[in-house]
Amino acid sequence: MNTFKNVFALIALLVVSTGAQAAGGGSALNDAAGNDVADTASLQRGVRNYVNYCMGCHSMQYVRYNSVGEDLGLTDEQLINNLMFAVDKTSDPMEIAMPAESAEKWFGQAPPDLSLIARSKGADYLYNFLRAFYLDETKATGTNNLVLAGASMPHVLWELQGTQRAIFDEVEYAPGQTRMVFSHFEQVAPGKLSAEEYDAFVRDLVNFLDYAGSPEQLERTHLGIWVIVFLLVFLFFSYLLKNEIWKDVE
Amino acid sequence: MSNANPQESRGAQLLAWIDARFPLSKMMKEHATEYYASKNFNWWYVFGVLAMVVLVIQLLTGIFLTMNYKPSAAEAFASVEYIMRDVEWGWLIRYMHSTGASAFFIVVYLHMFRAMLYGSYKKPRELLWLIGMVIYVALMAEGFFGYLLPWGQMSYWGAQVIISLFGAIPVVGDPLVEWIRGDFFISDITLNRFFALHVIAVPLALCMLVVMHILALHETGSNNPDGIEIKENKGPDGIPVDGVAFHPYLTAKDLVAIIIFLIIFCAIVFFAPEMGGYFLEHANFEPANSLKTPEHIAPVWYFTPFYAILRAIPDKLGGVILMGGAIVVLFLLPWLDRCEVKSIRYRGWTYKFALGCFVVSFLVLGWLGLMPAEGVYTLLARIFTAVYFAFFLLMPWYTSIEKTKPVPDRVVYHK
Repeated sequence: MNTFKNVFALIALLVVSTGAQAAGGGSALNDAAGNDVADTASLQRGVRNYVNYCMGCHSMQYVRYNSVGEDLGLTDEQLINNLMFAVDKTSDPMEIAMPAESAEKWFGQAPPDLSLIARSKGADYLYNFLRAFYLDETKATGTNNLVLAGASMPHVLWELQGTQRAIFDEVEYAPGQTRMVFSHFEQVAPGKLSAEEYDAFVRDLVNFLDYAGSPEQLERTHLGIWVIVFLLVFLFFSYLLKNEIWKDVE
Repeated sequence: MSNANPQESRGAQLLAWIDARFPLSKMMKEHATEYYASKNFNWWYVFGVLAMVVLVIQLLTGIFLTMNYKPSAAEAFASVEYIMRDVEWGWLIRYMHSTGASAFFIVVYLHMFRAMLYGSYKKPRELLWLIGMVIYVALMAEGFFGYLLPWGQMSYWGAQVIISLFGAIPVVGDPLVEWIRGDFFISDITLNRFFALHVIAVPLALCMLVVMHILALHETGSNNPDGIEIKENKGPDGIPVDGVAFHPYLTAKDLVAIIIFLIIFCAIVFFAPEMGGYFLEHANFEPANSLKTPEHIAPVWYFTPFYAILRAIPDKLGGVILMGGAIVVLFLLPWLDRCEVKSIRYRGWTYKFALGCFVVSFLVLGWLGLMPAEGVYTLLARIFTAVYFAFFLLMPWYTSIEKTKPVPDRVVYHK
């Protein structure tokens, strides 16, 4: 009986420790992106934001302009006039002119290709990362990031968000021992966008990154429903067939 | 026969022509229409056929992936994205293959657990169990080789960790590691040979082993939830009184199971192909980078129980030996179990309790393999490694003192 108790105690311990880990993990900024890849208008704004603000440094080598056009309901003309600044074929991938080797020299590390960034990092991470830059004079870029400490990326969107300072509180976590815990951001200089507008801007951008990571996802979920419906019908008839065959078994 | 229906007689003539040259009708009878299995199979008995279904899914989708995949370090990652984005239906084929890998292990684990529930490994089915274990080891090799192919960060570093385990072997360790990789580090050469092993060597072995497994099964006959040998009770027609023909009875039942399986399988493929990072790990969407070690390397979930055992031991060689032992000990199951009674329905509480502990230890070790090896996790890994081995090593003792219930003469069947 004692063994039973011990086993239960251990299971309880496991459950508690997973819960604790989930609560303790992650950074101070933990908002959900709340993006929706079925929102085509948001994706269209997102790709515009991407091309205008990110694509100077970040390629999307696996994504083609015309596949974006097809999925986002944009004509070739719209693509050429609004999104394609350095290429002329709509079937070209979204590559950049900056050579990776030079980029590594200039920034310490080359800005990563963002085709799959939403799949490796998750949309929520990106949403928080782009809202977590704060002034830090000790850094070469003049900013630091709460989500990715020491990020080599400068705050490219400062013009839109404005600049902010991070306020840390000193918290005593054990007798006599303290550490700095993030409290809140304090706006230093306003940007072109209000806080809500900036969040919406980032949400659209992240939505596009989410789509670009797995562009098949819309078609996949639409098709999936029909596949499951078909299988359920098939299941019904196969069950009748089984009963018919088995009815004479004693 | 000659003039009732000319169409039918022509078909019969063709069959006779074939039968004179190839044992087609004979094989159909032996393995389907006149192969008798117990009529009281429950849902635990569907996982064998489901494993066959998954094998077919993997072989077919694998062929189409091979048509578009490039087994080179420079192109592998991009070619997978090419499949996902530019190849017509490529995403579906790839997700079916990646989901199929995990599905294979799920059904095989349940299939093995069924054997433990109803004593299917016991005399006269010891060889059937051994062949099945070889299939399981081949499947692990197949999964391991295949995981390198997308050439993502986890592919690279997972392979790095597992190959380096061979380095723990005294004297020959380092040269052995170099021989496996074919290079001083995991490179294009390693990728090429893993591709060869994944697409031809291991699948070929798997298919042959599956045929052997089925032949051995059809020689001894299937076990059943009561653990009774139905062949010992035959009617005047020579057919086991508790048996039903595999076709059409069990094929009809299996069809229902296959469709239920496909509903779950498709739900994952279409709605959650990453399965929260367990079937497709997030870090593997970053291309392999030999200069950047990920902060947390965890193998895919189906290897994690053994990975947890490996890390539970502070000594590398000791860990490797214990991890290998955790698999080897499964081979010995038919000889460790001393109880005459096969089915858990008629076995004593000692085996039921031990099997329960084994299941808990396997699941907990699987979870621990995903967690960092530190603090309380390491302690838990050690405790449950001990439980895992105790199940096997104490088995000769607790199964010989087991108080069993009387086994009925006929199988229990409720219409």
